Amino acid sequence: MSEAAVSSGALAPDISSDIRAARSHLARRFLKNTLGIAALAVLVLIVLAAIFAPLLTSYDPNAVSVLNILQGPGAGHLLGTDGAGRDVWARLLFGARFTLAGALLATVVAAVLGITSGLVAGYYGKWFESVSSWVTTLLMALPGIVVLLAARAVLGPSLWSVMIIFGVLLAPAFYRLVYAAVSGVRNELFVDAARVSGVSDFRIIARHILTVVRAPIILQASIVFGIAIAVQVGLDFLGFGDQTIPTWGNILNDGFTNLYRDPQLVIWPGLAIVITGVALTLFANALRDELEHSAGPSRRRRAAVATAAAEPVPPVSNTIVHDEPDTATEAPLLHIEGLAVGYPQPDGSVTRVVDNVSLNIGRGEVHGLIGESGSGKTQTAWSVLRLLPSGGEVLEGSIQFDGEDLSKVPSAKMQDIRGGRIAYIPQEPMSNLDPSFTIGSQLTEPMRIKLGVSKARARARALQLLGQVGIPNPERTFASYPHELSGGMAQRVLIAGAVSCEPDLVIADEPTTALDVTIQAEILDLLRDLQQELGVTILIVTHNFGVVADLCDQVSVMQKGRIVETGPARSLFANPQHPYTRSLFDAILDESPARGPYAEVLPR
Amino acid sequence: MLTFTVRRLLYGIVLLFVIVTLAYLLLYAAAGNVGRTILGPTATQATVALKNQQLGLNSPLISRYFSWLGHALTGNFGSSWFTNQPVTTAIITRLQVTLILVLGAVIVSAVASAALGVWAALRGGWVDRVIQVFSVLGFAIPGFLIALFLVRIFALGLHWFKPTGYVPITYYFGGWIRTVTLPIIALSIALVAGIAQQVRSSVIDSLRQDWVRTLRSRGISERSVLFKHVLRNAGGPALSVLALSFVGLLGGAVIIEQIFGIPGLGQIAVLATSQGDVPLVMGLVVAIGVIVIVVNLVVDLLQGFLNPKARIS
Repeated sequence: MSEAAVSSGALAPDISSDIRAARSHLARRFLKNTLGIAALAVLVLIVLAAIFAPLLTSYDPNAVSVLNILQGPGAGHLLGTDGAGRDVWARLLFGARFTLAGALLATVVAAVLGITSGLVAGYYGKWFESVSSWVTTLLMALPGIVVLLAARAVLGPSLWSVMIIFGVLLAPAFYRLVYAAVSGVRNELFVDAARVSGVSDFRIIARHILTVVRAPIILQASIVFGIAIAVQVGLDFLGFGDQTIPTWGNILNDGFTNLYRDPQLVIWPGLAIVITGVALTLFANALRDELEHSAGPSRRRRAAVATAAAEPVPPVSNTIVHDEPDTATEAPLLHIEGLAVGYPQPDGSVTRVVDNVSLNIGRGEVHGLIGESGSGKTQTAWSVLRLLPSGGEVLEGSIQFDGEDLSKVPSAKMQDIRGGRIAYIPQEPMSNLDPSFTIGSQLTEPMRIKLGVSKARARARALQLLGQVGIPNPERTFASYPHELSGGMAQRVLIAGAVSCEPDLVIADEPTTALDVTIQAEILDLLRDLQQELGVTILIVTHNFGVVADLCDQVSVMQKGRIVETGPARSLFANPQHPYTRSLFDAILDESPARGPYAEVLPR
Repeated sequence: MLTFTVRRLLYGIVLLFVIVTLAYLLLYAAAGNVGRTILGPTATQATVALKNQQLGLNSPLISRYFSWLGHALTGNFGSSWFTNQPVTTAIITRLQVTLILVLGAVIVSAVASAALGVWAALRGGWVDRVIQVFSVLGFAIPGFLIALFLVRIFALGLHWFKPTGYVPITYYFGGWIRTVTLPIIALSIALVAGIAQQVRSSVIDSLRQDWVRTLRSRGISERSVLFKHVLRNAGGPALSVLALSFVGLLGGAVIIEQIFGIPGLGQIAVLATSQGDVPLVMGLVVAIGVIVIVVNLVVDLLQGFLNPKARIS
């Protein structure tokens, strides 16, 4: 135990340097985001203009001149003068100082309060956690402007005190962010490991926790900064601010009172506010985009799936066909001929994931389509339903279903066929039920469309089906939501849904892979029973020869987008000819000797 | 579900109680010599003392607080120090106006952002990009600036709407429309920008879910997949954003009401806080607190309706 802890403790710095590497990666990628960089450049320019205001104008922003009231741009005054004869350009520059400094003050107050309390509450928890979550709710229930107005009445119109109070009101924005992140990593293994190996809390927080939230904090700060500017400008604009200093809000207020005499006066402060706001938003958006990019495991996983499915199809010799003694007399229900499925890539090429696949499935037959992941079997199944993921398309070949070419059927007709004549049982039961609707509603919706029955009839039939697929209390399951079911129950519900509209063909895509071993056997039994009762044809996609042996009449072995061997299950099992088929068998046999050494260890 | 609702309601009431207590103590602690504030610097010492006595300000703060609380529970919040109008009346007449603006903005935002978000998610391409640009602008430009532009163009330029003032809906519907449209739009734009983004990403996310394929495999029409199933699943996150914005919307209404000269809660808030009219401010605190609690409760119920998993917790 201690050994393990020490060794993982030694790992902890590696992980944190991993995180740091990812962050510097983020900074580097952000530099490539042109819009984000442009926004940042604009912000820097505005800040520089505020800092060096005295160098950019020779006028005093507060110098009133009765002789120079409301002069237009030019003639010594770059943007003209306002209602009191003050130079507008000078007021804008010096206004930027006050407006930005005020917003910065609010942001810093909010960040310091929010981050500290978030760290303490998230890391130590206990009473501080509940107290601060209470205070957060309280602050969020207060309308900021009303509080600021009240504060102004008490404290007088001071920009700084108003911004400090606004900072307190905005602290929850940081608190919630940091608290969520910290309580998320509090019990991560690398934090535990660091703690066990004697690293002080302070260093854990600084090294392992703050690095995680650094970028989101910058993002939140830019949003909060924008809000602080808007609120401050709003208050000043309404005349509730300190009128003795130039702020963008005061300049806007002056422009507004002279709106009819000189309309251009509202334009300059308006532009300053809009440009700053847009630059802040674009900066935040660019940062968020890059953050989501770097912290998006789901996206990476999706890409991995795509590449797995996109294994290139090598040139392979012809399919080995086992002789079929009971040669089919009638036309097959599903006849796939020369099917090719591909995903066009951005560079113009097409990645073929299924190539020249031909399949015949007779009526009432259970046909197994077997192969390892990425061999194209699921893609073949989805092509039959015409439900390929976006970007995928049938490139060549035909899919004849009961004499009709499915690839040429209009989409309205295809919608009738789906569910009504061809049904589908998915692989992962829990993610294939709409979480927002009851089981009953999801079962009855297709029946009411396909069978045209009344609500009551659909309900009766759904309850009967639920009983038929072995659900102990159909009434209760009918009223349940998907998250209230176990995986096995959910798969039974999906099977009930698949057979509910009396289809001719059921496509089952690895229907047992996601389930526990004991449940797997039950589901296979159920499929066999249903097949015998209803006489339905089943195309079952699997990577498991056990499933094939259990259920199937016919088998097709798929490798790298092609069918390499096909024939009656018995004959294929007795005499596998293709090396790939044999290797699949060997893979099953390989599992048994692996248990040997383990059993030897046990008696000791 | 019922216990959940009751618990949330109790929680809200406790929260309101805490806010009200804090506000009362802070406001009176900061109020200074109230009689002097009301009567002005010219009044004699004796009249100021008399005024303070009339207002009951000589008894201790704690006993005054409990007496106020007792009256407040019966709906009596006292009278304004400056106009003598009962606080309850003053607030209720203005509350209606503000609620019309805020609820109008909520409805407009919900409908517009759902439409824009779904459109952007489904069409992609230029529609998506235009809506993205709109979102950035809508989010970045403060509502009162948008209000200024709207007044300049649609009221002063085109004369479609009134630049200021308010006509009650019961008095003249056309006049009401001409006075509330611009304020509601000004209040909504930032909200639409934010929520449309939320709807867009939730819809894109939902469309990628496995259950969408399974629904399609059952022969459910695209329309039902999109508008019944996907939109319902995408609605939850959007609703949370809308709910969080509600308090902000009340604050935004303060500024918007000033610009458009609308006699709502905002106007009375500005007046009461600048005069230091504590009874009126307390009435406002209670009114806003109650609104926030009710809104949170309604959102919780809606959230439970949209997301079955939220019902148990």
